[in-house]
Amino acid sequence: MTMTATTSAPETKHTNRGDQMRRAFARNPVLGPTAALLLVMIFFSIATDTFLNVDNFSLIVQQSVVIGTLALGQTLIILTAGIDLANAAIAVFGTLLLTKLTIGGVPPFISILAGLVACTFIAMISGTLVTRMKLPPFIVTLGMLAVVTAVTNLYSAGTTYPVPDGLLTFLGTSLYLFGRIQFTMGMILAVILFVVMWFILSKTGWGRHVYAVGNEPEAARLTGIHIDKTLVSVYAVAGLIYGFAAWMALGRTPTADPNAYQTGNLDSITAVVIGGTSLFGGRGGVVGTVVGALIVAVLRSGLTQMGIDSNYQNLATGVLVIAAVAFDQATRRRG
Amino acid sequence: MSTATEKTTGRPAAAAREPMMTGRNLVKRYGHVTAINGADFDLFPGEVLAIVGDNGAGKSSLIKALTGAVIPDSGEITLDGKQVRFHSPLEARNEGIETVYQTLAVAPALDIASNLFLGREKRREGFLGKLRLLDKKAMRVSARDELNSLGIATIQDISQPVESLSGGQRQAVAVARAAMFGSKVVIMDEPTAALGVRETAQVLELIKKISERGMPVVLISHDMPAVFEVSDRIHVHRLGRRAGVVDPKKCTMSDVVSFITGAEDIPEGAMA
Repeated sequence: MTMTATTSAPETKHTNRGDQMRRAFARNPVLGPTAALLLVMIFFSIATDTFLNVDNFSLIVQQSVVIGTLALGQTLIILTAGIDLANAAIAVFGTLLLTKLTIGGVPPFISILAGLVACTFIAMISGTLVTRMKLPPFIVTLGMLAVVTAVTNLYSAGTTYPVPDGLLTFLGTSLYLFGRIQFTMGMILAVILFVVMWFILSKTGWGRHVYAVGNEPEAARLTGIHIDKTLVSVYAVAGLIYGFAAWMALGRTPTADPNAYQTGNLDSITAVVIGGTSLFGGRGGVVGTVVGALIVAVLRSGLTQMGIDSNYQNLATGVLVIAAVAFDQATRRRG
Repeated sequence: MSTATEKTTGRPAAAAREPMMTGRNLVKRYGHVTAINGADFDLFPGEVLAIVGDNGAGKSSLIKALTGAVIPDSGEITLDGKQVRFHSPLEARNEGIETVYQTLAVAPALDIASNLFLGREKRREGFLGKLRLLDKKAMRVSARDELNSLGIATIQDISQPVESLSGGQRQAVAVARAAMFGSKVVIMDEPTAALGVRETAQVLELIKKISERGMPVVLISHDMPAVFEVSDRIHVHRLGRRAGVVDPKKCTMSDVVSFITGAEDIPEGAMA
């Protein structure tokens, strides 16, 4: 390509079809994952009698709500070229805080607020350590994972607590559309959170700054963006989302368990990466994460219905993660 | 390439006017290293001032001091006759000093319009603006206008990511951003260092265009033909200070190289 205004007509542009496709994928990172999701759905619809079924789809979505919401927060952090290994641990702490406070007589509404604030605050600690101490997010959140897990175990004395019915389990209640299709309140809240975050990321200056900080921090700094403030705000928003995930988790299971969601951090990273968001930051987004979370859930559901051992399901997920990152590398054009 | 005697734009001699930006006796030390050693600096309205000097002469440190990226230990800087003290690049920018950095300060994954307005996004009017919603359409229109007015016509699609552009086009985006927001001075730090011959010529065209708007431009460069092509005066920097300012019409490129290395002192006749 040339920049000259007057000389030489634009050279014959990308005649190569492969190159053209590479461009399309590079500019629209959701394309690949969406195609993959459709493919696996078509495959399972043909391979099993049970997959193509409204109840099954509803179940798949219900199963992905908590991990999907954790992955939403994770997406924000990965967009800044960070990673959060502590997200599920923070949410699990949230589930115990909500439950124990409510059991102790605190009005459920207040305990939920307290849980949201606590999760926001804990994630902000990670963000502050990343910005103030200039520590890599991987190390900071690895440490926070251990710290928060330990605090949760101390706080819960290692035991589970029954979740009081009412507002705490509200997100587990269902609506039936056309008297047939089951929606849980948790699903609806998750969809709202995704739409709001999509909106903020794509339509506001803050959203632009998140991408810029992840893509090229030096360029962002030179244009006057406050990198540290942006990063801390990203961790805070992610923490708030983990708080909502905690509330959703209480709607899914009737007990608050300090040992729940132990692989939630990695599962959320898996969803984000399969959804086409780059671990190098600045590329991707929440739409991809929805698709990524659904791919993982559809794979698990479909393979289960085909009677395939769960070890093979993990194997398939692992292969998919590596393939997604390889794909990201191949489509990403540097320099 | 033009020779020392040719200048495409005839501007009145700078000497008669008041400088619009000055630095006096600036000093910056890093431990035992003195990066700026009592340097002076003068920029006159509407001129293209080249700053030349060997590697390590302290050109970049001087520019950083003038743009708030580095806070000098002592010395004073004035802008429009008023003393200023910048504590960050943002403060300098708010005063109308825009800098184009050598390292192409653009975010490759973001589109051209987003890059032009990065950190200075336009918001929608009224309630939607209160919600901090971006006015993407207005930004695209202004971006298009700016690129057109600088004659950067080959960038067809304002919504394409910057990484899909050539090096020269990327630098053009960075220059366009500076031209768009700079109200007093545009400073370019080695804008052509990473570019090929033809792309360099295009960036020089941009410098001339900006200069024709009456905006003073400071050009830091190693590229002597480029310096001689566009500059009105050449500030020779040596050993952390200004060795002198020469007139490109009164000396040759090899003279300037001798001044830079210190092989020759600057004669009275070459001074600008």
